[in-house]
Amino acid sequence: MKILTLNFLTCARKLCKSSNTAFPLHPKEADLEIVETEINVLFLKNIMGRLMWEELKGVVGELGLPDLPPTPPEPETLVETKLQAPEGDNTGLNIEKAEVPSQIAKDLHRVLLETCVKEGKLVCGNCGHEYAVREGIANFLLPGHLV
Amino acid sequence: MSRPEDTLPPDLFYNDAESRKYTTSSRIQKIQSDMTHRALSLLHLTRPSMILDVGCGSGLSGEILSASDAEGTPGGPHVWVGFDISASMLGIALEKEVEGDLFLADAGQGVPFRAGTFDAAISISAVQWLCNAESSEESPAGRLSRFFNGLYASLRRGGRAVCQFYPKNDEQKRMVSSAAVRAGFGAGLLEDDPATKSAKTYLVLTVGGGELEGDITGVVRGMEGIDVMDSRRRAKDRKRGDERKGSRAWILRKKEQMERKGKVVKANSKYTGRKRRVIF
Ligand SMILES: C[S@@+](CC[C@H](N)C(=O)[O-])C[C@H]1O[C@@H](n2cnc3c(N)ncnc32)[C@H](O)[C@@H]1O
Ligand SMILES: [Zn+2]
Repeated sequence: MKILTLNFLTCARKLCKSSNTAFPLHPKEADLEIVETEINVLFLKNIMGRLMWEELKGVVGELGLPDLPPTPPEPETLVETKLQAPEGDNTGLNIEKAEVPSQIAKDLHRVLLETCVKEGKLVCGNCGHEYAVREGIANFLLPGHLV
Repeated sequence: MSRPEDTLPPDLFYNDAESRKYTTSSRIQKIQSDMTHRALSLLHLTRPSMILDVGCGSGLSGEILSASDAEGTPGGPHVWVGFDISASMLGIALEKEVEGDLFLADAGQGVPFRAGTFDAAISISAVQWLCNAESSEESPAGRLSRFFNGLYASLRRGGRAVCQFYPKNDEQKRMVSSAAVRAGFGAGLLEDDPATKSAKTYLVLTVGGGELEGDITGVVRGMEGIDVMDSRRRAKDRKRGDERKGSRAWILRKKEQMERKGKVVKANSKYTGRKRRVIF
């Protein structure tokens, strides 16, 4: 499960719906894995405004990953312009301006979309329920008495 | 043929054997892919979005969500989260290395994401399962209402959801759509190929308050109390005028339909076999 998803996932129990400690869930005994994917700057731009940055920083800290900046990066900082030859043109004669993902975007992509919880548990800060994660799949099935 | 929904609960029906049979059938792949494209066309996504797939199964729709705009997925590639009640189905999705995050979860227990998480949601051939209660403590109405309430909250304002499902009868159709309306959605039902063996029902849902209001919400706004609002077909009929079977217009339209249906969709995403690395 991606770190991105952890920034949206909450406890599934009804009694935790209105609690402000049921989000974010806290990873416990987590094994992480990097799954490389193509960077998608338009997606990052779309999702930035929806991230809960403090909670993201918290979870990243709990997982022992390097610290994130204190405030979320501005959407404009996700791309930079670079002078480069058009694709497939090796003459070196035609140079054009191209928008490429910035280092900030690459770092965000790495943390949010490529860093995944592979095994472990996710614990609710309100009710203490532990959701098991195996092979990246979290089990959110609640036994009848916990629904 | 009896409906699988009437024989067993979904997690037992979709066991290892059935899940594999389902996923490897080229007939099923084709139907699910066509319906996913249809649902996507109703979602009108214009940029890479965060999408929920309810009853994602082995990820047949998910693979399409992960494809790029150039490959035929409007606004793609999207990032998606899928949940399903069948561990066997999810096992196959894992084998296929789909890109979405997978959850073992029961839609009848709600949608465990914070408010405003998703731009959109799809559900292909799954919601009818909620009309069968799994235990005596729960009623289908209760499960439907938890699902739609949770779905509504998890979508951002202006977000949209499309649920293709197989209602057993008109009453089920009504039960499902009224649960959605009660949760706060603007809702409309549209039917492709109605009254044929391949009839497909799509519940189109909108969450008010966003920039999307005013386009297809016109189709689905104010549906309370109306069971079927088949505006799409009506609009088409109007446009078609007195087009006759066999006429040039008719042939052109049919050709277009066939083309749409014959669209080839890559079964494997370009990320199959991508590098995986354990970090500490
Ligand atoms: C016909 S399959 C469709 C799978 C996938 N959407 C597709 O188009 O290939 C129906 C799926 O719905 C799932 N399902 C049924 N009831 C469910 C529930 N209450 N919660 C989550 N998934 C459910 C089943 O496990 C099964 O994978
Ligand atoms: Zn809880």
